[in-house]
Amino acid sequence: MNTGTDRVKRGMAEMQKGGVIMDVVNAEQAKLAEEAGAVAVMALERVPSDIRAAGGVARMADPRIVEEVMNAVSIPVMAKARIGHITEARVLESMGVDYIDESEVLTPADEEYHLLKSDFTVPFVCGCRDLGEATRRIGEGAAMLRTKGEPGTGNIVEAVRHLRKVNAQVRRVVHMTKDEIMTEAKLLGAPFELLLEIKELGRLPVVNFAAGGVATPSDAALMMELGADGVFVGSGIFKSDNPEKFARAIVQATTHYQDYELIAKISKELGTAMKGMEISSLSLEDRMQERGW
Amino acid sequence: MTTIGVLGLQGAVREHVRSIEACGAQAVVIKKAEQLKQVDGLIMPGGESTTMRRLIDLYGFMEPMRTFAQAGKPMFGTCAGLILLAKDLVGYDEPHLGVMDVLVERNSFGRQKESFEANLDVTGLAEPYNAVFIRAPHIVSAGPSTQVLAMHNDRIVLARDGQFLGCSFHPELTEDHRLTKYFVEMVESAPVSV
Repeated sequence: MNTGTDRVKRGMAEMQKGGVIMDVVNAEQAKLAEEAGAVAVMALERVPSDIRAAGGVARMADPRIVEEVMNAVSIPVMAKARIGHITEARVLESMGVDYIDESEVLTPADEEYHLLKSDFTVPFVCGCRDLGEATRRIGEGAAMLRTKGEPGTGNIVEAVRHLRKVNAQVRRVVHMTKDEIMTEAKLLGAPFELLLEIKELGRLPVVNFAAGGVATPSDAALMMELGADGVFVGSGIFKSDNPEKFARAIVQATTHYQDYELIAKISKELGTAMKGMEISSLSLEDRMQERGW
Repeated sequence: MTTIGVLGLQGAVREHVRSIEACGAQAVVIKKAEQLKQVDGLIMPGGESTTMRRLIDLYGFMEPMRTFAQAGKPMFGTCAGLILLAKDLVGYDEPHLGVMDVLVERNSFGRQKESFEANLDVTGLAEPYNAVFIRAPHIVSAGPSTQVLAMHNDRIVLARDGQFLGCSFHPELTEDHRLTKYFVEMVESAPVSV
């Protein structure tokens, strides 16, 4: 009997496919998310848009919040650790969190090294903007990927950019001849063996969710249309006018992302979505996606 | 050709489709209840049972699925799917579909870090079966009509009650298609009702 194998870690993410993972900051929000049909919740101290507004150093959530959320729901609970913060990740693992997000939404603890995620029994999800970044994280042991997007902005443009880029690069690798792969690995900064595996599988070896800017049911459906395996919604739900309606509508739009009449129907009378932000209004230092490499 | 549906609301849908096709049957992803009419058997995949239940209610799947079961058509539930099939659930007053005569406990092996792989001896299979358990449920007790097909550490993890097959683990996550094959044969030998 083996725990923490790649199959067990990656398999856990496979079970989340077609679903919505929602950021929550307390038990009440977690219950609302579960009730609305979320496949998992991400326990946080603040949602990304509030982290942005608060400024300063953003760290792992207070373990009391994580525990409160774990006790409130039966769906899996994820939590964020800072990039490279071995101890935060170990603390979350010891608490029994089901998945850890090594996340650029928090202030990085290490600007050079990401966590060696293969060392842990708990699985990890990491953000990526392109295939080089995606495969470096898988190489370190990430069992699930998500786009970085630009968290807390309610602007889908960066998530679209990142998902399209990764998928275009995957297609390129799949169609390459084997003798072209090493050069591609060098150009992308990607582990050679992983590119070979992608070529053979015809896809990434782990699931890739959309994250970072999903604010409406249509945004979620768009990401599914572009090939995301599922959707993370951070600020989009609890910063909207009517979180319960938004949560339900985003879940439905994710399942039936090509049923446009349904999406039109559920999008009516939702109230106002979170206020969005133009990406160009953010200086390079304020873009969370620039954290990690 | 035998046509088998995979409930496509959420979870490991693609993997089951691949496995069904590898067994030489045709697979249909069921996203709308009316599609149930097209299939001879139904697999309910692994995923989040709470989420699937919400979507089953939302899209009006419950009655059509019960009708499907009453017609004697075979159903196979893996992990979350087993929870949906069970007649009784530990800690819950009401089951979901409530058609398979077993008592099931959710998340009974612990949280994700306790998830594991293990080799099982399965009744009817010559070689051991590598099973992947993820936040898995188990069958606490089975009714008289239910045949226990595999155990792990004294817990029932695979059983069959007539037309219903249920397991705690995820056959769809490995390349071993023997259990899917077993189910395809159940479907092929089920009494045909058109």
